[in-house]
Amino acid sequence: MSAKTPSRLEKILDSGQLAVTSECGPPRGSDPETITKKAEMIKDHVDAINITDNQTSVTRLSSLASCIHLKLMGLEPTLQMVVRDRNRIALQSDILGAASFDIHNILCLSGDHQVFGDSSQGQNVFDLDSMQLIQTVRLMRDEGKFLGGDDIKRPPQMFVGAAANPFADPFEIRVPRLAKKIAAGVEFIQTQCIYNLDKFELWMKQARDRGLHEKVYILAGVTPLRSAGMAKYMKNRVPGMDVPDEVVKRMAGVPKENQPEEGINICVETIQRLKECEGVRGFHIMAIEWEEKVPEIVERSGLYPRLKD
Amino acid sequence: MIVADKKPIEEIIDMVKGYQKILIAGCNECVTVCEAGGKKEVGVLASALRMYFMNEGEKIEVDEITLERQCDHEYLEEIRNSIDQYDAVVSLACGVGVQFMAEKYFGTPVYPGVNTCFMGVTEERGVWSERCQGCGQCILGKTAGICPISRCAKRLLNGPCGGSTQGKCEISKDLDCAWQLIIDRLKELDRLDEYEEIAPIKDWSTERAGGPRKVVREDVRQ
Repeated sequence: MSAKTPSRLEKILDSGQLAVTSECGPPRGSDPETITKKAEMIKDHVDAINITDNQTSVTRLSSLASCIHLKLMGLEPTLQMVVRDRNRIALQSDILGAASFDIHNILCLSGDHQVFGDSSQGQNVFDLDSMQLIQTVRLMRDEGKFLGGDDIKRPPQMFVGAAANPFADPFEIRVPRLAKKIAAGVEFIQTQCIYNLDKFELWMKQARDRGLHEKVYILAGVTPLRSAGMAKYMKNRVPGMDVPDEVVKRMAGVPKENQPEEGINICVETIQRLKECEGVRGFHIMAIEWEEKVPEIVERSGLYPRLKD
Repeated sequence: MIVADKKPIEEIIDMVKGYQKILIAGCNECVTVCEAGGKKEVGVLASALRMYFMNEGEKIEVDEITLERQCDHEYLEEIRNSIDQYDAVVSLACGVGVQFMAEKYFGTPVYPGVNTCFMGVTEERGVWSERCQGCGQCILGKTAGICPISRCAKRLLNGPCGGSTQGKCEISKDLDCAWQLIIDRLKELDRLDEYEEIAPIKDWSTERAGGPRKVVREDVRQ
């Protein structure tokens, strides 16, 4: 693997250093400060910042506009793009829009079903799926072509990512699915939040057995738990999330006021253990509405200072 | 079959209020099988309407008929001689039948008596579920005979998504994950390796997206 785009994230991964990424959820309003303040909190501790795309199908300020705010701050955004809300015209158009601001990372996702959000009566699109979106970005970048076959003037230069969820079912196709995304052209992966380390390591082993860890950069996803309640909620209510009983017990076993600290401890321990897992090339820290804790997690995990590209 | 569900009686009352004489027209095909618009349901609806308007002190005459099909000229013609005596028709056929009736009897108001839902199967009596969205380019040969377009909530051609949990879809624990079903059946057929073939971007022009569709078969045309 050698760098093909001006992406800083790609350069860092390509150099063999562990990468650290994080993400910010845009506001439910038009105040840009909400996004820039979150970015300020984490900017010195991460290599790139994902901006979520109407996550959980709740309408928010757009991912693309938020990425532009980050870019104007001199930061490195990763544009999350779901196929739920846009057809192939809009997807390609927004990719070009992002490219016009020299946004160099994209994360191709299906998106949560709209039933979870504030517009459950709305239509969904799913003209492409996430696999096909990966192919689309690679076509636009590498061939300089639109899906329709026409040439693109100044094609996008994007480092292409996708998600992988080792904990969703059926488990037996989770590695084949990763292989399929690699075949589609994905270059980096950010995984679902990892609480079940044994299962994650099994998934990584299966990926290594097929040599997939040498074909894609895998960033292990972590989310610090803030409370025992959050642990239970994620265990029971969030589809595709695997929070083992012992994690819930550990959170519930400390007094409420100490639970946030315990959550950070678990997160740091997870990173430290997975640093030793062959094929893990970095970490994606999803501190949901708790961005101020990202620097502490990064520092305590021995991932600070961030190296320069 | 085309699966339909009953409309709330209040909605039907609202539509026919003010008419003197109406015809409730059932259909002997799909809506009979799914027990929404056959002869039996025509009778039940007609009785309910008569009772309602009698209690309201309003005079309304309600006749009943159930045609063999409402999607064919031949059977719709059966009411040509009697249609003019009615102020309105409530068709308990699917939306196809309602429209064909309206096209044919241009001057007569035709109201829908059911909500047309989908193309599906009878899982058991009283339970019907979707199987096909008529996309016009069948891919069942590639997906072990299980359709991800009609049965995956995101119609993913390269699923499953990350929300598949214990065989169920992320949107409901009562809904099977179509991709779990596909994987299970590919395994049964010893074809699991086919999962890794990437399904290409679909041509949706033969689906609703391409505009109203038509099949013209010169070989059978008269």
